[in-house]
Amino acid sequence: MTSLPEKTQKKLGLVIDLDTCVGCHACVISCKGWNTENYGAPLADLDAYGESPEGTFLNRVHSFEVVREEATPMVVHFPKSCLHCDDAPCVTVCPTGASYKRVEDGIVLVNESDCIGCGLCAWACPYGAREMDGAEKVMKKCTLCVDRIYNENLPEEDREPACVRTCPAGARHFGDLSDPDSDVSQLVAERGGIDLMPEQGTKPVNKYLPPRPRDALEVPDLKPLSAPKTPKTEQAKGFVGWLDRALEKL
Amino acid sequence: MNQPAPDLSPKVSDEIRKTTCYMCACRCGINVHMKGGQVAYIEGNRDHPVNRGVLCAKGSAGIMQHLSPARLRAPLKRVGPRGSGEFEEISWDEALRIATDWLGPLREKAPEKLAFFTGRDQSQSFTGWWAQAFGTPNWAAHGGFCSVNMAAAGIYTMGGAFWEFGQPDWERTKLFLLFGVAEDHDSNPIKMGLGRLKERGARVIGVNPIRSGYNAVADDWVGITPGTDGLFILSLVHELLRAGKIDLGYLIRYTNAPYLVNAQEGPEKGLFLRDADGKPMVRDRRTGQAVAWDAPDIAPDLANGVEIDGVTHLPVFRHLADRYLSEEYAPDNVADRCGVPAARIRAIAAEIARVAFEEEITLDQPWTDFRGVKHDKMVGRPVAMHAMRGVSAHSNGFQTCRALHMLQILIGSIETPGGFRFKPPYPKPPEAHPRPHAKHAPGQPLDGPHLGYPLGPEHLLIEEDGAPKRIDKAFSWEAPLSAHGMMHMVISNAHAGDPYEIDTLFLYMANMAWNSSMNTSKVMEMLTDTTEDGSYRIPRIIYSDAYSSEMVAFADLVLPDTTYLERHDCISLLDRPICEAEALADSIRWPVVAPDRDVRPFQSVLLDLGARLKLPGMVKDDGTPKFSDYADYITHHERRPGVGPLAGFRGNGDGKGRGAPNPDQIARYIENGGFWIDHIPEEAQFYKPWNAAYQDWAVARGLYDSPQPYLFNLWSETLRKFQLAAEGHGDRQPPEYLRARLIETMDPLPIWYPTFTDAETDPAEYPLHALTQRPMAHYHSWGSQNAWLRQIHGHTPLYVSGDIWAEHGFAEGDWATLTSPHGRITLPVVRMDALNACTVWTWNAIAKRRGAWALDKRAPEAEKSSLLNHLIHELLPTKGDGLRWANSDPITGQAAWYDLRVKIEKAPAGQSVSHPAHPPQASPVPKAPQDMALKARV
Repeated sequence: MTSLPEKTQKKLGLVIDLDTCVGCHACVISCKGWNTENYGAPLADLDAYGESPEGTFLNRVHSFEVVREEATPMVVHFPKSCLHCDDAPCVTVCPTGASYKRVEDGIVLVNESDCIGCGLCAWACPYGAREMDGAEKVMKKCTLCVDRIYNENLPEEDREPACVRTCPAGARHFGDLSDPDSDVSQLVAERGGIDLMPEQGTKPVNKYLPPRPRDALEVPDLKPLSAPKTPKTEQAKGFVGWLDRALEKL
Repeated sequence: MNQPAPDLSPKVSDEIRKTTCYMCACRCGINVHMKGGQVAYIEGNRDHPVNRGVLCAKGSAGIMQHLSPARLRAPLKRVGPRGSGEFEEISWDEALRIATDWLGPLREKAPEKLAFFTGRDQSQSFTGWWAQAFGTPNWAAHGGFCSVNMAAAGIYTMGGAFWEFGQPDWERTKLFLLFGVAEDHDSNPIKMGLGRLKERGARVIGVNPIRSGYNAVADDWVGITPGTDGLFILSLVHELLRAGKIDLGYLIRYTNAPYLVNAQEGPEKGLFLRDADGKPMVRDRRTGQAVAWDAPDIAPDLANGVEIDGVTHLPVFRHLADRYLSEEYAPDNVADRCGVPAARIRAIAAEIARVAFEEEITLDQPWTDFRGVKHDKMVGRPVAMHAMRGVSAHSNGFQTCRALHMLQILIGSIETPGGFRFKPPYPKPPEAHPRPHAKHAPGQPLDGPHLGYPLGPEHLLIEEDGAPKRIDKAFSWEAPLSAHGMMHMVISNAHAGDPYEIDTLFLYMANMAWNSSMNTSKVMEMLTDTTEDGSYRIPRIIYSDAYSSEMVAFADLVLPDTTYLERHDCISLLDRPICEAEALADSIRWPVVAPDRDVRPFQSVLLDLGARLKLPGMVKDDGTPKFSDYADYITHHERRPGVGPLAGFRGNGDGKGRGAPNPDQIARYIENGGFWIDHIPEEAQFYKPWNAAYQDWAVARGLYDSPQPYLFNLWSETLRKFQLAAEGHGDRQPPEYLRARLIETMDPLPIWYPTFTDAETDPAEYPLHALTQRPMAHYHSWGSQNAWLRQIHGHTPLYVSGDIWAEHGFAEGDWATLTSPHGRITLPVVRMDALNACTVWTWNAIAKRRGAWALDKRAPEAEKSSLLNHLIHELLPTKGDGLRWANSDPITGQAAWYDLRVKIEKAPAGQSVSHPAHPPQASPVPKAPQDMALKARV
């Protein structure tokens, strides 16, 4: 069993805007690219060109349909990766100490050299946010791009997770959610950001911004220039009459 | 416990090479991180005007495309029967010798017997120039089966259209209407734009039969019935007119709304009343007299006409108002047909009016118009619209696109703040474009550029007897304004010998034996069909592709291309540029890695071939090659003196748009991040067609050679001229069988009519519309060879609504059979409720033929996927008249992909493989590796 820090100095995490996410999978692939080349073992793709390709991804996008009684159905795109929980059950369940939560920023990581691939952590995670690498047999998960956000070899503006840097719609935000004045905390406050499955008691750091109301356009009908019951010929005259007057005013 | 200390600052790469993405046609700037000479990681270039740092799934997966096992390795000569995929690898010397031996004699005898068509390449100004030098009239790119309706309707109506032509004013618009868009088109800019709108709380209305992707995030979704967008738009116009919510000042100043339309029965009817100098006339409200449109100090009338010799000539606007005020366009009368409740149409019209006229935008920016009138501010109507294939790939698409532009123009939002903005080199009216050319002679170049914008029947490419001059019948009476050609008809027409037989079909980057053709199964038969003596009906096929696509198997000679990271390219102002509304821009690709196979960039090969054939412009006086490769051409070719493929760093390096060739130009682009950008002066950024400062700037940059101000064509005289011919006027007369159709469809004002398929198909037998959507994470057929992207979309379920699901008793795991009047496919079925009630859909171009793209023969792309293409014929059902009626827009020839109607049945239990199941093609590339787990070797 591995223990969690009593308190972390920061709570770095993501704020994901479900109102804006178009479900393009840009975040999925930039994550795959960065993390194949960087932290730990490359992310494998088994049977890559075959019948049942199965690769390791640290971030996936799911799409859901929401059928509504009174309105047309909605579709919501839902990107999901590790939520870097305060009470991370994946850490406490780890028999070797390979899974841990960092004191300085709250990022949950797997130390691959200590990981025995037992899979307990994936079982413990209620979000299904961990994936066993099929080639390396070690547990892989979102690192919040810990090797980007502090990386002195990157220009300062690029020191953010790959998924945030690449998101074309700007639906992903990164910052310190323990600081109420941070941009991400402000965004969560303004838009009513929510925890994913709070009943699990995991206290996720990542937050989701819910979709704004859909199909709620309410605007009074345009007022016709002439009453609709007027005979057609009269209506035309009415329009030309209006036009004449309007042109005089130009 | 000691916390591990991972390396937080690993070395990212040895070097970043900045080039242009080619995972789709979006053309974003990319940073290619290199490690040990290998591509390690690709991210967006923050400085690049197209994507400003972001990158989509395709772009980031470029590394896997570059490493694709489907990459061809060497030139191929066919050794088995066509379609088998059996080849032998040959040397480039041999390949080029074969091509020269085939094409040389052809050029000397009958250059028109070469049909050279290119796909989604970005070098059309180059390939067109080559074909012109060769002398064949038969060249075009893929626009005819893509979105020519959008492009042509835009040019004819307002001198520009969407995507490369223009964009919404993302930073200012407050209401955005998005009509049927392929989500891989202009993909990052649209996603970035939607993000900006969401940030500002602007409203997004999505009009699409399917609520996926962009429509999922739209605040309001209009699940319209396919093929009725035009009717919906004209109903919005009806509502706006009825309430007087139109911008009269804008219409008077910037459009032909005041032009007087000649009402005299005869050959001038419906044309503009013109003065002795040929200038269109308007009624001056001050005097009541007809005067030239540009006479000084007049008040053009929109309401009243003039009477001359007993004939009343009314302004365009009166014709327009009379038509659309008609009750046939009332929301209550179109609602059922469009599948949109009348109340919703009224609400959307009201919202357009509210935002346009109550939330007007004013910029404190003085400007001067082309009449010399000074304005102290710029006033805008912050309603923007965008549309693409969803509205255009119908047989009523041209007029639908015209209707959409008319709507934008009536509210005064085009080229005003918050509205829709042109990107240079647009605006450019049809008059400023070339006319099409097809005059050919043995051993001679063509008489001019192939494609262009006809202004009347006199510009059609037809023989004395009316027969089409081009193999695709572009610019004939069957498709008079087919500005992009009709690539989807080439194989069918060549096989039928209609209008004539060809010798060599030369294709580049177009998967015409699969997802880029209608009627795919039959097209494969046409490509392999033989004459009585056993020779192929289409005698020779040369194909260039970088990958082992389905089309490769049907070629006699394959010229293997490089990947996009191994080549030079220019994203040119002469072609499909990457400009922004506020800037002129172009860019390059350059070889960030050298090919590790015996492959060559196609454009360099074409230059080599051109030199071997001694084509004009490609050899020096001594007969030696003029250009060593494509990079040399990009640098030194001049289309007009001082104007070449790249606009930046010309002359001594300071030249913008104009200047002598600069030998260091490509190096300067590389130094600058792979692109060049030049911002439009503030006073020239809006009202471009009428803004004197913009016009002068455009001339200075070489976009025009003289200022080209013009008015928008609400009424299209060009269309009316074709109607007049069909009515019997003029010496160029259409064939009898086309007269009625030309009169009906070539209306000078936008109209809506049911698609040809809707009009001719029994709705009881074929009750459903079937569509494809383009996944955002794939581009056409390319994504499936990509180990990462195929895990996102690997098969093609048919999505059906809950009602259809219940009606047919579908259960999870079932398969469905879709039948059209032409064919039948079977594929897995999945329920989705966010659909138009009578529409089913699947993903486009995921399905693969077994053996292609280096995929396993049991890959889900082959076993659990199918193409709707099998259900769509390139011709309409026969009418018993012996004629071949194209399944295309009657004006532009655009392929009517989305007109398809089908019926659905539950497939018998036990179905586990999709239908049709074509026999596998042999793979010309080695078997793909089993597993991938890659890091660049340092």
